[in-house]
Amino acid sequence: MHKDFDVTIENLSKIEGHADLEVKVRGDRVVSTRLRIHESKRFFTQAIRGMPFNAVPQMVSRICGTCSSAHLTCCTEAVESAIGIEPSEQTIMQRKLLMYANNIRDHAMHLYFFCLPDLLGKDSVLDLEGDDKELLHKALHVKGAGADFAKIVGGRVVHPPFLQLGRFTNVPSPEQAKSVVKQLDEIRPLALEFAELFHKSKFEFRRSTHFIASMNDDFSYRGEELMVSNGVHIGKDDYFDHLRRVIIPYSTATGFEFEGGMGYMVGALARMNLNKSSLHPDTKRDCGKYLHEFPSDNVFHNNLAQAVEIIHAIDASKEILETQVFRPEPPVKMEAKEGTGVAAVEAPRGTLYYMMKIGKDGKVRDGTLVIPTQQNQVNIEKDAHKLVQESLGKLDVDRLRDQIEKLIRAYDPCMSCASHFLRLKMKKAK
Amino acid sequence: MMSMAGKLKAGFFSFTGDEGCMVTVLEAISSHFAEWSGKLDIAFWKVLRSRDWIDEDMDVAIVEGAISSYEEEERLKHLREHCKVLVAVGSCAITGAPSNHRNFFDERRLGEIADFLHRFDYREKVQPLKDFVKVDYEVQGCPVDEAGFVKLMEKLLSGGA
Repeated sequence: MHKDFDVTIENLSKIEGHADLEVKVRGDRVVSTRLRIHESKRFFTQAIRGMPFNAVPQMVSRICGTCSSAHLTCCTEAVESAIGIEPSEQTIMQRKLLMYANNIRDHAMHLYFFCLPDLLGKDSVLDLEGDDKELLHKALHVKGAGADFAKIVGGRVVHPPFLQLGRFTNVPSPEQAKSVVKQLDEIRPLALEFAELFHKSKFEFRRSTHFIASMNDDFSYRGEELMVSNGVHIGKDDYFDHLRRVIIPYSTATGFEFEGGMGYMVGALARMNLNKSSLHPDTKRDCGKYLHEFPSDNVFHNNLAQAVEIIHAIDASKEILETQVFRPEPPVKMEAKEGTGVAAVEAPRGTLYYMMKIGKDGKVRDGTLVIPTQQNQVNIEKDAHKLVQESLGKLDVDRLRDQIEKLIRAYDPCMSCASHFLRLKMKKAK
Repeated sequence: MMSMAGKLKAGFFSFTGDEGCMVTVLEAISSHFAEWSGKLDIAFWKVLRSRDWIDEDMDVAIVEGAISSYEEEERLKHLREHCKVLVAVGSCAITGAPSNHRNFFDERRLGEIADFLHRFDYREKVQPLKDFVKVDYEVQGCPVDEAGFVKLMEKLLSGGA
């Protein structure tokens, strides 16, 4: 027999943004699990209406300081599609580089600063001692190289100013390209070392769910089509029609489910499960042993997938930087035009979708977004529920709290993103 | 103003915003880690430690974001009582913008969000830090200017505050 108790984790740590988790246990049953996102909402849905089409990408970049490049890129592509701008091949290449650069920096932050302490039984990377201290320096090196790379391609790590509708205002010089390649060569062995650490991890939490990711043949940030792990292919324009919005009254974020109430996960694990055959040949050569783990239904393999993605981002970027000559491009001519545009990209945390409606006057009529963490949060809650149910009688409350936090962290949730763009057509709370 | 073995005890806090300033601050600290780590005690930072700040004193609080709820106002005032120096980083903390766009909504938009504001106990307006507490230093930018932040940190770390 078990006693009744509640587990509350206030302010989950080592994640992006603010959230609590509350679990109620009555007897031998978990009766409720609530992931309460309490990030302060900024009402972007309302704020972008009426904005000029060319101002809105930099505005929505402010939804999230962590993955601003993904928001900026996705919104830019949706607006381009709405008003009929075709970006050049070089611009697409630069967007790929920007996304790779941020994947290196962002995944390094999450893996080495948020998750690594769990692996080493420490609370913080700042507390590493002895030989482990070297890991902190290596982590800083990888993350720093990603940040330098992002600055060269985008002009800044957060809200990169070079990325514009139709082009980049600056291009990497041959010297800059060389210096990035040199840094990427330096961090590659370190990134492999970290992948090995995450592969050795014994953390495991398995459950069956579906996975969704964009499909493409170079494992870059986008594709015209999304794939569901049940074999269904969906054109990106139709993606939103397959989703169902889930209103969560105690959270400042809404969630999404796939049609039919099917739970699913987006992010590195989904990409690796569905598209690992498109990874760079050098990554495949050196990560064979890790790739063997996929497809996987172990949530903690999301971290191994991120570790492999860092190596892919290094390899794919090097190939572009060593072969592409970048020439400055003139501003693209653009006119206000009525239209609707859709874009979907793979942000570090998963599929990000934008639909932008532009009016005849060139002002935004309406925008719809689907954010990775909104899609994962339904699963996060369910998984925490299952974890507690399975651990009853085996773990004390403190250990349980650690386990739950570790599991949620494996998803790499981002609460800033999840709560800042919402429809508010909800029933009156009583 | 140094405490604990001559180290500057610092906490890093986020209110309403996209946390892009803290990403920038973290990049700045990362690239100066070798020089600063002997002088800087990162005592509170939710992204790096699970130990949350409750009411411990510190030398410096680095704060990003604007104030949009009564709960945030309380927390900020409480924080002010426990830090010797409070630094506002980035546009949201200093001016409220761009997190404050709801301050300028028309009736219709305000109608759409009214229920939500009430349910989560939000303030009528989103406001900058200095409307509630004394701010000792400001570093501008959206996101915060990295070079400006580094300059201020060097001043604080050398005891020049």
